[in-house]
Amino acid sequence: MKSFIIKRLLFGVVVLFFVILVTFIITRVVPSDPAQKWVGARATAEQLEQATIELGLDKPVYIQFGKYIEDIFRGNLGKSLRSRQPVIEELKTYLPPTIELVIISTIAAIFIGIPLGVASAIKKDKLLDHFSRFTSIGAVSLPVFWVALFLQLIFYSSLKILPLGGQLGIKTELIYQVPDITGFLIFDCLISANWPVLKDALLHMVLPGITIALYPIGLVARMTRSALLEILNEEYIVAAKSYGLPNRLVVWRYAVKNSLGPTITVVTLAIGYSLVNTFLIEAIYSWPGIGSYIAISVTSLDYPAIMGVTIFSTIAYVVLNLIADIVIALDPRVRL
Amino acid sequence: MSYNNLIVNTIRPRIRELKISLHLLNRNYLTRFALLIVGLLVAIALLAPLIVPYPEQIMNENNPEEKLMAPSAEHLFGTDELGRDIFSRVLYGTRISMRTALLAVGLAIIIGVPLGAIAGASGGIVDELLMRFTDLFLSFPPLLLAITIAAFMGPNLTNAMIAIAITWWPWYARLMRGQAVSIKERPFVKAAEAIGTPHIKIVFMHIIPNCISPIIVQASMDIGGVILTIASLSFLGLGAQPPLPEWGLMISTSRTYFMNAWWYSVFPGLFIFMTVLVFNLLGDGLREVLDPKTRKL
Repeated sequence: MKSFIIKRLLFGVVVLFFVILVTFIITRVVPSDPAQKWVGARATAEQLEQATIELGLDKPVYIQFGKYIEDIFRGNLGKSLRSRQPVIEELKTYLPPTIELVIISTIAAIFIGIPLGVASAIKKDKLLDHFSRFTSIGAVSLPVFWVALFLQLIFYSSLKILPLGGQLGIKTELIYQVPDITGFLIFDCLISANWPVLKDALLHMVLPGITIALYPIGLVARMTRSALLEILNEEYIVAAKSYGLPNRLVVWRYAVKNSLGPTITVVTLAIGYSLVNTFLIEAIYSWPGIGSYIAISVTSLDYPAIMGVTIFSTIAYVVLNLIADIVIALDPRVRL
Repeated sequence: MSYNNLIVNTIRPRIRELKISLHLLNRNYLTRFALLIVGLLVAIALLAPLIVPYPEQIMNENNPEEKLMAPSAEHLFGTDELGRDIFSRVLYGTRISMRTALLAVGLAIIIGVPLGAIAGASGGIVDELLMRFTDLFLSFPPLLLAITIAAFMGPNLTNAMIAIAITWWPWYARLMRGQAVSIKERPFVKAAEAIGTPHIKIVFMHIIPNCISPIIVQASMDIGGVILTIASLSFLGLGAQPPLPEWGLMISTSRTYFMNAWWYSVFPGLFIFMTVLVFNLLGDGLREVLDPKTRKL
């Protein structure tokens, strides 16, 4: 057990190393003019020269790579071309709102996606199954950015019951003191017991929350259904049923428990999708997170910023997968 | 037994197999519906330049006096900010999305299948190294690698297609490896080895051709996801560039106008949704029919 976790951790470090290598190749080796990309198209010859030295482009590739890794671990991700601020500082301010959205979609994936998949598998080929399959396939087929615009049309433009975007309304920001302790707005409102701001914040969260949760719900429901269907065909399930155990018990205690491994894996994948989907919808909802940040960076070809987000999200994703693998490994059956 | 008879006898079971699969596929009404719509979309993609009502408005033509008109009999989906017919552009967009998706998946297959086949057929250290290399690409959050590659290569549709292929091939490598591992133990491969056929020839002439059908099934399941990815990249500004009538790009442009012109963003989005949905339904149906675990006569 311990040795498995240690092995997995070591392997995680190796993966991290190679993933960083891949980003290095994409951003520094493949482009013919990395220094130009680093300082932007309007840079002077002097700036260009300075960037060449700063990135170590005059030195051999392996030294460049060493410098690259060193910079990442020091949190030196360069300066944004647009704002001239260090990318790492900008990431810090933009991170909490994105994490809020990702948490919401993960909760939805677990508490809506898994039950939907289970219900679908139990009632295979019944009306409920058709409904749930159609919903989940539909959810993974929707372009999220279109859903965002569509929801705005309905709930803001036509029905006028929900705000268009942003984390708070202008009125709330003017009238009340907006708490800023951890950067997580909802959490800050809760610990400072700031109910009016909390109410407004929650109201602003409805549309982005629904939009971001759709894909994970569909993904998790589909995977849970197919994992569970395979297990329900196993002989030990038939055996358990033939003992006369109640169906509910067989399903939840024998089948669902055994399908948790693949389900945890798919929840991790769903978190990855949520993170990337924020890139597509945050700008639409004027949500001040990483997604809006990368969307602007992409349109202005702000390479240090794009690279910063890529490295940061990839490291987070690798670590997340590592944690998921270890959680699954805590299950004694995996150790065999 | 004559040579012809031999061929007939080897092919017959496969044809029978295909007939059963088709029957099963056809029996599920959802899959049949999906198949029908996919056929229709393919027809639209092929015939787009001929059937759209305003072919001259697909790209650049500017009709300021007709801009942002609501859907009507003349313009079924209304017009955009340059007065172009959205119906024509959306139909033409089918062609762009399908072609790009097919090319991206094709490229992913060309990269992934040989690597997977070599890994599976070789085993040992080669297998281990190739598959760890494959896993590496799956360690990135989905879509993110494509975004980064497309951004650094320069935003256009071809680069988006290449970026997607680079992020998608590992799935084909994995699938192919699994197939190769089981097929390399079959008698006909052993026979080829026994008569001294070179390893590389066995991989390309004997193993890969016998794994075509699972690859095609996987490809048909992936088309939907790839079309969605193309639209997403274009929406971010990393795929198709104006004036191409690509769906994601159209929705991106519509953001400025959609509060007063709902039709501008709604119709391209509906087409993305419908296309991705029918490909996903078809893929699901195919998998259910072809997977022995869920296959029921």
